[in-house]
Amino acid sequence: MIKKIITLFLILIPINSHALIEVDITRGNLDPLPLAVSPLSIDEESRKSFQKVLKKENIGEEISTIVENNLSTSGLFNPLSKEAFLQAPDIANLKPRFEDWNLIKAQALITGKVNFMDDKLRVEFRLWDVLAAKEMMALAFTTVPTNWRRVGHIISDKVYERLTGEKGYFDTRIIYVAEEGPKTQRLKKLAIMDQDGFNNKFLTLGNELVLTPRFNPTSQMVTYLSYFKNLPRVYLLDIETGTQEVVGDFPGMTFAPRFSPDGKKIIMSFAKDGKSDIYTMDLENRIVERITNHPSIDTSPSYSPDGKYITFNSDRSGYQQIYIMKSDGSDVKRISFGNGLYGTPVWSPRGDLIAFTKLHKGKFYIGVMRTDGKGERLLTENYYQEAPSWSPNGRVLIFYRETKTNDKGEGFTAKLWSIDLTGYNERKIKTPTDASDPSWSSLLSN
Amino acid sequence: MILSKIFKNTLLVLTACLVLSACATKKEIATDIKGSMQGDVYTGTDTVKYLAEGVPDRVFFATNESILTTASRETLRAQAAWLRKNSGINVVLEGHADERGTREYNLALGERRANAAKDYLMTYGISSDRITVLSYGKERPVDSGSNPLSWSKNRRSVTVKAN
Repeated sequence: MIKKIITLFLILIPINSHALIEVDITRGNLDPLPLAVSPLSIDEESRKSFQKVLKKENIGEEISTIVENNLSTSGLFNPLSKEAFLQAPDIANLKPRFEDWNLIKAQALITGKVNFMDDKLRVEFRLWDVLAAKEMMALAFTTVPTNWRRVGHIISDKVYERLTGEKGYFDTRIIYVAEEGPKTQRLKKLAIMDQDGFNNKFLTLGNELVLTPRFNPTSQMVTYLSYFKNLPRVYLLDIETGTQEVVGDFPGMTFAPRFSPDGKKIIMSFAKDGKSDIYTMDLENRIVERITNHPSIDTSPSYSPDGKYITFNSDRSGYQQIYIMKSDGSDVKRISFGNGLYGTPVWSPRGDLIAFTKLHKGKFYIGVMRTDGKGERLLTENYYQEAPSWSPNGRVLIFYRETKTNDKGEGFTAKLWSIDLTGYNERKIKTPTDASDPSWSSLLSN
Repeated sequence: MILSKIFKNTLLVLTACLVLSACATKKEIATDIKGSMQGDVYTGTDTVKYLAEGVPDRVFFATNESILTTASRETLRAQAAWLRKNSGINVVLEGHADERGTREYNLALGERRANAAKDYLMTYGISSDRITVLSYGKERPVDSGSNPLSWSKNRRSVTVKAN
């Protein structure tokens, strides 16, 4: 379903474009780039056809709204109000009157066109540099009409990539745990949604407790913990077919699963006799390997993107701290030495940083450190928050946050939040129910 | 044979006591305002149920700890005596943690706590065949409060009849 969707081809390759606008995403952007997203123009016949198929009044406007929202939530761009636009969408797409767009202080302009063609949705769009009065990029897509939201996300990714020089993260999904009910009897279900909160779907019914779902590299499989029959075990779920299976045959609780970067193994903890150690299971030949062997709690393992190293947390020093080791379990090194407890290390997809949860003096922090433990940076502080997961481009972290209850034990909520690596642009992610344990997919259209 | 086993068990208990007292001196022991905590271990009876008269179903732990307190050991001895008398009953030891820790670590911590209780029951002659350990981590608090007293009630191992 993910792979077959979109055919993409280049209309024009921008010539010698290095002098054009650029957005620096390496520092907190307090001055987002003003840009105009002109609604994608649509002819009356196409509009009516899409209205019939998709029940949307004007699909061109809907797609540009997705683009606008994505670019705006990135914190790097400031989409300008459409009311100020002087030029009609269809004409702007042919040849923008740059002085008009300059007048409203737009530095970049996105225009485009939607057609209904052989029961397909055809979209073309262009990105213009207003100051240089030049086209920066032009692309067209053809897909089934029901993929219209993904088209919006792909346009956003292309614009983001063209303007920042790095891959985007909009055509992605989040798998998480949907929560309902009182704190003492929480009902939990696996749920999946688009990165912007749309197309939410529940994958389990809530009959058993489920925790910590994580995507494989192709985002088609998920590994998670289920209390099916009151036996907490790591499971593997194929999202497309819905088939599930237990991972390995362990005489006790397995938990904290993640995939290896090549998707061939699952790494997890196995708890026995009060000790938890890290194991891997090869999904092809089912061979189980023990990676750590220590009387302490070793858990929350996460591979480096090249698969050569593993980071995990252990209380072997007396308290929960972050360690790294080679993927065969040798050369174990503690890397967290700051004040407080450190947990849930997750290796950045770029390989240079490890995100973590820190507990210090009754406060929880999401932070990042280099892989040698140096350069610790705390991004956000709260009553309770944990479990960061990286956007596929390594620029944003998603995590969950729980609220403190009042004297009567009321007012508990759990929500998903995201924050830029810079520590700026903290945002609550809308979900239909309470939510926790988010995991970010890879970029679906690569 | 039997004597030597008892002797060995006593030794184990003594060792446990030694470990405990070593830890106790390491920490400041403060009495809670409400008198329901010793250090930060819950000592009240608010949430406690009884497996039989005089046999409390649960023991409580200090933050991040799985060491059994004197009171916990007393409770577990009562449970062991009750289990010996009712040899047809099997139990599940459900280990729990409070909400002030990461989810995955707490799953392991709950397992470690339940195992501490299991080991003690075994020391008092209960076969491991009759005991199943199940950790809930922080997923099933009994008290939904966000304060030290609520957390102390949630750091527990509960002995539940399995049949």
